[in-house]
Amino acid sequence: MSKKQMSRRGLLKSSAAVGVTLATPTIFTSSAWAAGYTNEPKGKTVTLGFNVPQTGAYADEGADELRAYKLAVDHINGEGDGGMLSTFTSKALKGNGINGKKAVFVTGDTQTKSDAARASAKRMIEKDGAIMITGGSSSGVAIATQGLCQDAGVIFMAGLTHSNDTTGKDKRANGFRHFFNTEMSGAALGPVLKNAFGSQRTAYHLTADYTWGWSQEGSIKKYSEKIGWKTAAAVRTPLGAGDFSQYITPVLNSGADVLVLNHYGRDMVNSLTQAVQFGLRDKQVNGKDFAIVVPLYSRLMAQGAGENVKGIFGSTNWHWSLQDAGSKAFVKSFGKKYGFPPSQAAHTTYCQALLYADACQRAGTFRPSGVGAALEGFKFDGLGNGPTEYRASDHQCFKDVLVVKGKENPSSKFDVLEVVEVTPRAQVEYPATMLGGNLGPYNDGA
Amino acid sequence: MDAILLQVLNGLDKGGAYALIALGLTIIFGTLGVVNFAHGALFMLGAFCAVAVKSVLSLEKVTLDPTKTTAWGTPMEIRVPYIEAWFGDFGATVLDFSVPISIIIAIPVMLLIGVAMERGLIRFFYKRPHAEQILVTFGLAIVLQEIVKSQFGANPIPQPAPDLAKGMIDFGIMVGFDAGNIVYPAWRLIYFLFSIVIITAVFAFLQFTTFGMVVRAGMADRETVGLLGIDIDKRFTIVFGMAAVVAGLAGVMYTPILSPDYHMGMDFLVLSFVVVVVGGMGSLGGAVAAGFMLGILQSFASMNEVKTIIPGIDQIIIYLIAVIILLVRPRGLMGRKGVMEH
Repeated sequence: MSKKQMSRRGLLKSSAAVGVTLATPTIFTSSAWAAGYTNEPKGKTVTLGFNVPQTGAYADEGADELRAYKLAVDHINGEGDGGMLSTFTSKALKGNGINGKKAVFVTGDTQTKSDAARASAKRMIEKDGAIMITGGSSSGVAIATQGLCQDAGVIFMAGLTHSNDTTGKDKRANGFRHFFNTEMSGAALGPVLKNAFGSQRTAYHLTADYTWGWSQEGSIKKYSEKIGWKTAAAVRTPLGAGDFSQYITPVLNSGADVLVLNHYGRDMVNSLTQAVQFGLRDKQVNGKDFAIVVPLYSRLMAQGAGENVKGIFGSTNWHWSLQDAGSKAFVKSFGKKYGFPPSQAAHTTYCQALLYADACQRAGTFRPSGVGAALEGFKFDGLGNGPTEYRASDHQCFKDVLVVKGKENPSSKFDVLEVVEVTPRAQVEYPATMLGGNLGPYNDGA
Repeated sequence: MDAILLQVLNGLDKGGAYALIALGLTIIFGTLGVVNFAHGALFMLGAFCAVAVKSVLSLEKVTLDPTKTTAWGTPMEIRVPYIEAWFGDFGATVLDFSVPISIIIAIPVMLLIGVAMERGLIRFFYKRPHAEQILVTFGLAIVLQEIVKSQFGANPIPQPAPDLAKGMIDFGIMVGFDAGNIVYPAWRLIYFLFSIVIITAVFAFLQFTTFGMVVRAGMADRETVGLLGIDIDKRFTIVFGMAAVVAGLAGVMYTPILSPDYHMGMDFLVLSFVVVVVGGMGSLGGAVAAGFMLGILQSFASMNEVKTIIPGIDQIIIYLIAVIILLVRPRGLMGRKGVMEH
């Protein structure tokens, strides 16, 4: 009987070969990579991947993003009333899809978790043939998904992500952001806060302990100290703390006369509600009325905080009450279809879908480097934010920023914020090198 | 000193919620031997009883104003709650008191939910290992929160306290401090007092009623009580319902402090389990004492002075204390010999 024996060297070689095979990410071996660029559309349709939070704490925001994406696809394909296509200054899109192909979509659930978002994006690229990934409601998710899209060779059109890092130290050539960032919020809020509360103020920060919170705290500190404010303390709070009372009570006797809540979502609703409960909005310190600032507002979240938002300043990317032609067209289109006005998350994702489709049309290709080149330095108007530019050096949109305030006498449950100032683009612009990072080269996936 | 007193008050209202949830958990464990991971969901369901009551009371009469249109071109809706349209100021007052009114509704609703949960699912797992009980009750908690999310959405829903209880109380004056030094939200003090009342009522019920005596006997020696011809299962079903009511009421009254959302139960569940373990599995007094103790310690650990010395202590203090207590007293603060030890 013959007996096959494997040498030690042979065993090591075989193990190494098996190891390399197993370790190779399937994204590099799947059919997605077989063409000239990742998922090059061959048929009559082109598939867009909408990666939004469908479960978890931001599910309502994700649902609004998905509504906007569906509306955008309708408009790209020539259905419905056309929405902002009629006001968009670029007239490349003709309502017959993108590059003659009908736009279809697949969806993924980010669950507002980076690993889940990457898994769903990977699934849409590998299994569903998505040519582009867009959406999301968190900076952590956006940065993680952007990295995956860069490696996979598809374009990532970020959804709601406000951290500087998305188009700063973590920027990637394949990633583009329409939403504003904490640097712009700080630059817009600074002068408004000075006008409203003066320059002799002491601020106390409560900050969500993760990438976006740190970014927000840094920007607001920078611009509030520039107008003469002092910072009494900047306290990090765990994400999802629920009851913030133990962090709010030290504020009462700290000597601070401004509380800055660097919180978003549930944390913002809870910390603001509890700060108001502790009488901070009606308190007097150092002979001045105590003030609360929420640097990033979302109408959906403001509804959750109810009457507690009254009179409280913040910033937002867009608001449905704007009266420019683009905003009116979008609100009309969205409101007719769904029965209520769109949120800023819906607006930015709708814009991203249109901007991507328009860039493909102008470039005459879906190849990421071609689409990216069409987006870089692209100047446009008519999408609700006034004249806007996709800056080539960091893939960040530059446009006016809205400073808003909680409305004292809302006329409906949607009417919770009022725009107090439209800060011009020039005031919020900064050099691309300031936030660090490197775009690197485009990856077409070939 | 005033900062320390403020944190004590803070810990007491937080501890009140921990104690109420842990009390129910430990009752269920002590009587039925079930590790109920769905108990946080009962707290959340209680909170949503308040949301549901407010939604019903806020049902609106909708009329269209043809002279005004929305931004999307449909006629503007004028919405007035029926209760205000029918009863005027009295209706507005009822709406204002929706949270306290919810207590009346939450008691039978939570009792029913508790009994249904025990009869429909939990009882089939009495003799199964704790790991299986944890899996099934955790799964149930997820199902319940997803149902709530599908009905009420994912965003927090504000439930304001009645106008009468919205202000601040100058607690400092009561204990000899200068006016304005220790002011605390009225509703939080009400919550603390409410938790004391409920805890006292539960203890009194178990201590001074025949029913309570049988339940306590069952907790000590279930087999012997059964041999005496007493149907302990039936009583334990009611005990489960009672624990659900306690958790539910804790949830109802907590809504003005924390706007309810579908996930709030999970946030409290882990902490409450730590409270039960620190207090001693199956010990009612232990659960209450540990609830307040951990609430106060958590508040102190969040003070800037403490965080400067040990950064991040606020996020781990409860677990650190649990480790220390279990090292020093493996059965917890007031744990009984023989419970969870076989």
